[in-house]
Amino acid sequence: MGKDHLSAVAAGTFSTILVLLAWEALGRLFGVRPILLPLPSQILAELAAEWWWYLGHAAYTLMTTVIGFVLSVVGGVLIGALVVGSRLCQRFVYPLIVAFNAVPKVAVAPLFVIWMGTGAEPKVAIAFLIAVFAVIVDTIHGLRSVPPDVMDLGRVLRGRWYDFFFKVKLPSALPSIIAGMKVAISLALVGAIVGEFVSSQRGLGYVIMSAQGTFDTPRVFAALFILALMGMLLYGALVWLEEHATPWRAPSEY
Amino acid sequence: MVQATAHPAPVPREGVVARAVHKRYPGPRGVQALAGIDAEIPPGRFVSILGPSGCGKSTFLRCIAGLETISDGELLLDGRAIDGAPEGVGIVFQRDALLEWRTIRRNILLPIEFAHKPVAGYARKVDHLLGLTGLREFANAYPRELSGGMRQRAAICRALVDDPTLLLMDEPFGALDALTRDQMNVELQRIWLEVRNTVVFVTHGIAEAVFLGDVVMVFTPRPGRVAEVLSIDLPRPRPLAVRESPEFGRYVARIRTLFEEMGLIDERARA
Repeated sequence: MGKDHLSAVAAGTFSTILVLLAWEALGRLFGVRPILLPLPSQILAELAAEWWWYLGHAAYTLMTTVIGFVLSVVGGVLIGALVVGSRLCQRFVYPLIVAFNAVPKVAVAPLFVIWMGTGAEPKVAIAFLIAVFAVIVDTIHGLRSVPPDVMDLGRVLRGRWYDFFFKVKLPSALPSIIAGMKVAISLALVGAIVGEFVSSQRGLGYVIMSAQGTFDTPRVFAALFILALMGMLLYGALVWLEEHATPWRAPSEY
Repeated sequence: MVQATAHPAPVPREGVVARAVHKRYPGPRGVQALAGIDAEIPPGRFVSILGPSGCGKSTFLRCIAGLETISDGELLLDGRAIDGAPEGVGIVFQRDALLEWRTIRRNILLPIEFAHKPVAGYARKVDHLLGLTGLREFANAYPRELSGGMRQRAAICRALVDDPTLLLMDEPFGALDALTRDQMNVELQRIWLEVRNTVVFVTHGIAEAVFLGDVVMVFTPRPGRVAEVLSIDLPRPRPLAVRESPEFGRYVARIRTLFEEMGLIDERARA
């Protein structure tokens, strides 16, 4: 974190404000009805009026997203390591994972409601399922791209497998794993919302669905604003993690 | 004690001994890399293995390191057949293979960690090696902050930290510029004169092989065989200027003649 980041955040904030101002101006100029496209000022007023209520739903969605994401990272790294480490897993398990990934997870969501009910569990499960594949793929890629010289060095040093795995292979795959995590966090948020769409009494997905039922468009947009902010903050947290977990690397672009 | 002169010579109990070592890579286009290497590398000797690119000299070194298995023959280290990476071996590759996420100090300590020895006991050893290679100020730097020559020095420190009886070097200075390479040759000699372990130094540089070696083992083009073994009888420490001496010139001339006989150097082609 340094000047570069601050200026990047400042520039992003600036252009966002510019777009919102243009939206406000054009909306007023053409007199667009709020039921079609509410003005940013109306959306912000809606948020301000019931901020505590929105905060509760946002916290719920954030919780299912983060739990699903954490599970996808743990599970994805574990599965990726098994696929790379064992020929058996590579030949028999990996094709299953690829085949399963080809099924649109959104289509599986109703099934999870049947299995797990309408609590947080199916949302977490869907968030996990959508996100885990990105982590698996990047973990495999990272573990496989250890330079041959480094592999040879590991063999000459005669360590136990866990010495080599934890001291050489995993750290060398870490940049790749974090790249997978950056994709996974956005996907986990998608999964959580999909879960709430299917069946829920809580969360921003529920807010959107119920507001849609009453044509309360400002409320839909209020939820979308929070989701956008949440997505950016989660992604920003991973950029921060990337820099602090891999200090030897030159900082990446956003 | 009476010197044994019986034939065939008894197999030395120590050092590296190769008897008719063959290496074929499997597959339809299987390459014969080594075709009967006979060699003895006695303990405490600096042996340069010299040969053209692709002659199998690196393959031979990798066999000694246990990174490749031989197809036929016998390859012994201290009297035992090499099967997998042997104990007490340090290795330096052409590329330094430093771990980018570890500081130089922690890179050098990697073999200690792998051997499950207490790292704290090696702090002074690391300091000593860093001093020996002029890297003391870079102990806590990351590899990417170092130049190519400095990175390779750190790789040498790593290879030496656990006091290997055998140091394997696979074209360690091949990726460096000529000036840095000269510098590294001088430094390696200085370090080795202090450590005095067995070194197998693979190179395709004639001057480098003669400058550093007690013995230069010249390989034929693929499939690799030992064409000739030259004892380099020059006093140590050898200054870089030794390369201008007539004795040095004679060794180089002899090797050039060998390469000409193998058809590797053809002066008429240039005319």
